[in-house]
Amino acid sequence: MATTTKEVSIGDLGARSSAHETELQGETMALNVGPSHPTTHGVLRLKMQLDGDVVKSCDPVLGYLHRGDEKIAENMTYNQFVPYTDRLDYLAPLANNVAYAMAVEKLAKLEVPERCEAIRVLCCELARVSSHLLGVGVYGMDAGAWTVFMYTFTEREKLYTLFEELTGARFTTSYTRIGGVARDIPDGWLGRVLEFCKGVLPVLDQVDKLLTRNRIFMDRTVGIGAISKEDAIAYGLTGPNLRACGIDLDLRKDKPYLGYEKFDFEVPVGTTGDCYDRYLMRAEEIRQSVSIIRQCIDQFPEGSYYAEDAKKIFAPQKAKVLTSMEELIQNFMIVTEGPQIPAGEVYFEAENPKGALGFFIVSKGGGVPYRLKIRGPSFCNLSILDKLIPGHYLTDITVILGSLDFVMGECDR
Amino acid sequence: MVESEFAQLKERFDYLSARQSADHSAVNCPADKLVEFFTVLRDDLGYDLLVDVTAVDWDAQSPRFTGIYHLLSTTKHEYLRIAADCENDIKPSLPSLCGVFAAANWHERETYDLMGIHYDGHPDLRRILMWDEYPYHPLRKDFPLAGIEVPLPADDVAEATGVAVLPAPMMGGPFVSSADGPMSQTEPSARDESWTEQEEKPTE
Repeated sequence: MATTTKEVSIGDLGARSSAHETELQGETMALNVGPSHPTTHGVLRLKMQLDGDVVKSCDPVLGYLHRGDEKIAENMTYNQFVPYTDRLDYLAPLANNVAYAMAVEKLAKLEVPERCEAIRVLCCELARVSSHLLGVGVYGMDAGAWTVFMYTFTEREKLYTLFEELTGARFTTSYTRIGGVARDIPDGWLGRVLEFCKGVLPVLDQVDKLLTRNRIFMDRTVGIGAISKEDAIAYGLTGPNLRACGIDLDLRKDKPYLGYEKFDFEVPVGTTGDCYDRYLMRAEEIRQSVSIIRQCIDQFPEGSYYAEDAKKIFAPQKAKVLTSMEELIQNFMIVTEGPQIPAGEVYFEAENPKGALGFFIVSKGGGVPYRLKIRGPSFCNLSILDKLIPGHYLTDITVILGSLDFVMGECDR
Repeated sequence: MVESEFAQLKERFDYLSARQSADHSAVNCPADKLVEFFTVLRDDLGYDLLVDVTAVDWDAQSPRFTGIYHLLSTTKHEYLRIAADCENDIKPSLPSLCGVFAAANWHERETYDLMGIHYDGHPDLRRILMWDEYPYHPLRKDFPLAGIEVPLPADDVAEATGVAVLPAPMMGGPFVSSADGPMSQTEPSARDESWTEQEEKPTE
């Protein structure tokens, strides 16, 4: 068969487009992302200047979820504020409940029994597993790997069933009270937690196979959004985001609370501080948390789930209130006046899934805090955005935001 | 531990004084020495992580505002609380620490926004949680819990709809209490000026 060749010249077209490009060089375009956008995982808004595909500057705008939690706290008794802590990092409400109760107990110099501590450790670690399962799953989705999300959400759903059984609510748990927890663990619950632990590890292996050596995922995350050690410390990053930069700081190890020193676990620390490292931190922390949960259940202490001698802080059992005069008065005083906390200033930070959640409490005595400041880890973790994002391609913004794993509930408070 | 830490600091900086604290070491520092003190804390004493910046409004007292800083050493794993009183009760101000800790930027913006403390030398002191035109500082003790009526931040929407930002309704709850005063005032109760035991609930 004979072939004929026809010559076509595209020279003019090509020349024109490149001339046009030179003309546009250096001209920036304003781009607004959010406050309601799937990339921003909530209501974060980014005002950016783009030069072509490259971000030149980024100005984060917060406050769309500001509810004035600190003002509210100054106007109610200590126990009344527990439900508000659910709504800080709403992906790990149990961990927030525990951190808040511990801050107030520290001010009251109140020690809770071993069993209460063990219940709280389980709460914190289950919350961490739940938060990181979401963090890793959604992060995969941000990078274009939908399947991971399906696997991790199935597991997270099982956790929520466990939370419901423990606290009565799936999402807004409000489980702790000052001086203890709301109720003891249900019969057979520990067994079901162990069953969950058994089921979640194979899923983590699946996630590992889907993401860790996935060429597309690695291309999108390795070397992207790298934070240096110096920057991470200067901007006050905490949690997995800080550890990904190579700084070994985990309050569970370094300022042990709730008897964390009794458990044998590793703190994963990264090297480059890029998006890929932050993913690895979270994936490994789930495994470590599962190990802590197993150790905790293995030697679960008997005893009381609240501080029995704290008569002015922890409300008595309902059955006793209805039958005994002394408990009735005690209950009445705690409900009307609030738990009696001495005057003083206290700052307590707990290692939450997102970073260090801190409560600074100023008390003048009595049942209501004079000033309560919440240090939300996401707030500090996001403050690095205007330094981190410029210089990256627009498509990388999704991955960087996903890797920081923030929650606007505790950022805006 | 707490005692010796303070003694060491005091030896080096004679302007410090000890501060009552229920937990970590705490010092009072004059406002004009803050930048110098924090630079030394960061560079020589290992307090390299600024975890929190906030302020307390002491209401009727003078000095009325106290800036509170929390530092964490990533090597020693110790916290340090530094408090600095604002000299002026009407227009409180403190020096900005943005030059020492980058983290101070957003924390100071937040404290300025909610408490109205002006941080001198801050590169970009804008509101961060409330919108830019908001006229009040809500965490001050004289700001009511329910809020104060202000115009909607979007002029065009306000003009078209006649809507404003209204105080929250307080009748029938939330049950609020306060830290000060006799028990009759501190116990949890619904606060609504238009509906009290003396006055009937207004009918629509």
